[in-house]
Amino acid sequence: MGLTAIAFYALAAVAVGAALAVISARNPVHSVLFLILTFFSTAGLFVLLGAEFLAMLLVVVYVGAVAVLFLFVVMMLDVNFAELKQGFLSYMPLGALIGLALLAELVLVTSATHGQGHSALAPPVEGTNALAIGRVLYTDYLVLFQLSGLVLFVAMIGAVVLTLRKRTGVKRQSVSRQVGRTRKQAVELKDVKSGQGLS
Amino acid sequence: MTDVEALLFSLSWSQPELWLAGFALVATLVGAAFGDRASGPLSIGAALVMVIAATLAALHRPETPVVIFNGSLVVDGFSAAVKTIVGYSAAATLLLASEHLQRSGDRRFEFPVLVTLAVLGMFVMASAHDLIALYIGVELQSLAAYVMAAFRRDDARSSEAGLKYFVLGALSSGLLLYGASLIYGFAGSVKFAEIATQIGDGNAGLTFGLVFLLCGLAFKMSAAPFHMWTPDVYEGAPTPVTAFFAAAPKMAAVALMARVIYGPFGALEAQWVQVIAALAAISLVVGSVAALVQTNIKRLMAYSSIANMGFVLMALAAGAKEGAPAALLYMALYLPATIGIFAVIQAMWRDGKPVEDVADLAGLARRTPWMAYILTALLFSLTGIPPLAGFFGKYAAFLATVNAGLVWLAILAGLATVVGAGYYLRVVKVIWFDAPAPAFDRTGGAVVLTAGVSAALTVLVLVVGAGAVQSWIAISAATSFAAPPLP
Repeated sequence: MGLTAIAFYALAAVAVGAALAVISARNPVHSVLFLILTFFSTAGLFVLLGAEFLAMLLVVVYVGAVAVLFLFVVMMLDVNFAELKQGFLSYMPLGALIGLALLAELVLVTSATHGQGHSALAPPVEGTNALAIGRVLYTDYLVLFQLSGLVLFVAMIGAVVLTLRKRTGVKRQSVSRQVGRTRKQAVELKDVKSGQGLS
Repeated sequence: MTDVEALLFSLSWSQPELWLAGFALVATLVGAAFGDRASGPLSIGAALVMVIAATLAALHRPETPVVIFNGSLVVDGFSAAVKTIVGYSAAATLLLASEHLQRSGDRRFEFPVLVTLAVLGMFVMASAHDLIALYIGVELQSLAAYVMAAFRRDDARSSEAGLKYFVLGALSSGLLLYGASLIYGFAGSVKFAEIATQIGDGNAGLTFGLVFLLCGLAFKMSAAPFHMWTPDVYEGAPTPVTAFFAAAPKMAAVALMARVIYGPFGALEAQWVQVIAALAAISLVVGSVAALVQTNIKRLMAYSSIANMGFVLMALAAGAKEGAPAALLYMALYLPATIGIFAVIQAMWRDGKPVEDVADLAGLARRTPWMAYILTALLFSLTGIPPLAGFFGKYAAFLATVNAGLVWLAILAGLATVVGAGYYLRVVKVIWFDAPAPAFDRTGGAVVLTAGVSAALTVLVLVVGAGAVQSWIAISAATSFAAPPLP
């Protein structure tokens, strides 16, 4: 058994185990953390397949953005997860059926293509994946790439338009004003006579 | 050509798009620096840039289709005509919107930026020449539209409209993408030109993908049975936004539909003609019948737009040679009337608040005669009364359909026209014969200007001759779609 195979089985076992833990963990925060672990091990599997760019993308997009978003949702929204899980057993048969159907599809696909020379490995490219993708992205698909950027720009403006509120009457820290304050504005000396106090 | 030369060549053919994109970016910076004070000047600037882009597109019309950016986009007579119509109608609705938003206290500098980006999306839709450009154009336009629908974010109805539009729009994008992935899988390419050569006499997978793609596009042009979002979004969104939705995006969606069915799938006419004819028939029936019971004028216009999409789809079903110019002519004559009607709807303010019931128009003829004359002319045009512009559009659509042998559809459309006359004329009756409702507040200049220009266009067509418009469109469309390859 080569080093690759050992790495594969280790990563695959962690991915499957963590995926199971996602749905069985009691604490939703733990679920999200297990989800991140699943993403990481899947990214490792992609590296083994020679798709290092995809692996990095998985880490950056799913671990960096999506999972953190999930964490925010889980921690900031007051969702009663115990209540959500109550119907779990009654949905179990349906879920199991769908799972079995998916498994059967996977088996069919693998048995149909097995031994036909189809390889899951990425076709060899000059240099790295990122280089190969970048080459077409910035040449053949330049205009589409730029337009996608504008789509994201619209999304950004949209988020600002729909959520940004300038509230009045909120006390904000202004560093420049703090630093620019002089002794005259801040300190007032009083000559307190004994027995009288300040009025 | 070297790579750099090819890029410069492509850029020289995409000047309208460059103007729009450049303005959107600069306007964001200006807005960020000056805040909402900049909203008025930016709206005027955006409208100006749209007019420039539309004029550039109209003047820069190639004799034969020019494929640019490595086959992603195409510039031809059809795209030039569509961009012209889209640019002018978006500019008109933006000017109207700017005035309305100033008045209702929603002036935010992001609005003209979003409209400009939506128009850019529509220009990409008009020029799409592969599936990725198609999707990105649709998404650029839709995303901006979702935000605009929810623009009055403290108003529950506006937020609901935005959310509903977004959720259903995402669903339709899913349908569209699923169809596109099937087409890519079975044709082996996303480029329209290659799909057209790979298609042969078609197979089940391609037809399946095409149907999904058409369903997604039908949603974007609000054709029944994919219309359920339209009345709610039209009613809930702020009126100037509704006016925008009713004009330019419709033209872009129709153009994209024409691009898909006449371009890569020209050889599969036997397959898509059934889908398009069915969509047309259902839209005609749903749009005409459901409009009869509406009391809100914005909902009424929503159903009217569904019925009108039925007419356009009917024209499209007639095939590239006759259908494309008929659909373009229909849209070119229908949009001014719609924009004019929405200009009047935006003038419906009472006691500092917008009102939107048909009953609020009661006795308009005695209160504000000029508005009543304009609205009546525009409604007659939409009905299709002969001397007005709307008649010529309907005539072209009917002619193309009958020539294509779809007589049953033409008969159905004739019946829909009669039913449609029922609800358009009901509004005319309310305006002229009902006891006057309290007067509206004073109207702004942009409303008067837009309503006047659109009415003038609608009436003048018979002076200048629909022939001039028609020949301009016929030349535009004739140079665009190659005859479908023989099987």
